[in-house]
Amino acid sequence: MKGKLTTGKRRAGIAWLAAGMLVLGAPAQADETVHDPLEGFNRAMFAVNEGLDKVVIKPVAQAYDFVMPLPARAGVGDFFGNIADVRNALNNALQGKLGDAGSDLGRLLINSTIGIFGLFDVASELGLDKHDEDFGQTLGVWGWEDSSFVFWPVVGPRTVRDTGGLIVDVYTDPTWYTLNKSVAERNSLVALRYVDVRASLLPSDKVVEEAAIDKYAYVRDAYLQRRRNQIFDGSPPRLEDVLD
Amino acid sequence: MMKKLFLLVFATLFATLALAQEAPDVLVRQVTDEVLEIVRKDKSIQNGDAKKAIELVDAKVIPHFNFQHMTALAVGKDWRKASPQQQQQLTAEFKTLLVRTYSNALTSYKNQKIVYKPFRMNAGDTDVLVRTEVQQPGNKPVQLDYSLEKLDAGWKVYDVNVAGISLVTNYREQFGQEVRNGGIEGLIKAITDKNKSLEGNLAKADGK
Repeated sequence: MKGKLTTGKRRAGIAWLAAGMLVLGAPAQADETVHDPLEGFNRAMFAVNEGLDKVVIKPVAQAYDFVMPLPARAGVGDFFGNIADVRNALNNALQGKLGDAGSDLGRLLINSTIGIFGLFDVASELGLDKHDEDFGQTLGVWGWEDSSFVFWPVVGPRTVRDTGGLIVDVYTDPTWYTLNKSVAERNSLVALRYVDVRASLLPSDKVVEEAAIDKYAYVRDAYLQRRRNQIFDGSPPRLEDVLD
Repeated sequence: MMKKLFLLVFATLFATLALAQEAPDVLVRQVTDEVLEIVRKDKSIQNGDAKKAIELVDAKVIPHFNFQHMTALAVGKDWRKASPQQQQQLTAEFKTLLVRTYSNALTSYKNQKIVYKPFRMNAGDTDVLVRTEVQQPGNKPVQLDYSLEKLDAGWKVYDVNVAGISLVTNYREQFGQEVRNGGIEGLIKAITDKNKSLEGNLAKADGK
């Protein structure tokens, strides 16, 4: 993929890199250990978020999980999944994967009509695979692979790169626009999506809690591994085995 | 009676042996299908009986894993600093930790569907990746990949990847930190302590 980059895209990537470095003053690190120059700030924010999650976010997600029957949950997931195909199409196009971008647009068209405003993912049944792209990944494909880890309260784990990506994602997300809905409706939708995503993570809470020796480090490293996997669309090159 | 018992033992041995010689993708599929079939029928596992889930994993899954290799990968460069005895201790404790925590994942199983991705390997391959996907209505599919290596005893799993996250190498930084703080012994102690606290939780859940 990277071989096909145009200079324009690469320049944009470098501009983002520079912006990110300016914002957080993150020095480039060359050693092998995990990229975490902001560890002090991150651990503090992680603690804040743990408290917030315990008192507010998780109880709301649990209540939601309890009252919502499975078909309704699936409908909510598919509805927001359909909106996310706008982002998927855009970022696949930006990454030069035009076939995938076309498929995402086809999905959007099918699910918004036959799938009744996206409540049913008919396109997947028809064999149009769902993708998972965002602007943070696009920046990764453009060459900004390693980025310092940042933990934000409410938002959760990100990197400097993915924080910039998130801002672009919000600007390109129809959910956030109030052209066809009131601000109150917009806010309800954004909140619903947030709770739905948190609820979908409930089963993994216990696993992380039990598996981690140091929960912050566990979450951080899992996030960084997952993002690397996403940037390479599920097939990252193997890291060198330290034992070989 | 003796004869029947002997036949049974022989049959089990033979079945295990036959399974061990299977192609790696077939092995993953057989073990997954068998375990999920049991979970689907077992109400107590579905209701969160961690002990029963651990027993199931111990009996059906563990024989197909190479924990020594997993532990070496999780510890990373420090593995060479450990004496053979320490390596054994580390492997035993890490195995307990992995089995405890991930058996628990079985208790949250709710009719997810496992899809097996096309598998390709060359004749002489001794290290392969078997790719699967967990599908659930309304949720994004989750990638679930197994790395297997061919040993004399058959194909063994040495890494599991969930959504691109290696359950093994995700420990490397945490383990490295423990070694920097307290050496190999410190790491052994940290994992042992973690296991003890989980054991306590299990006992508490049992007493309810």
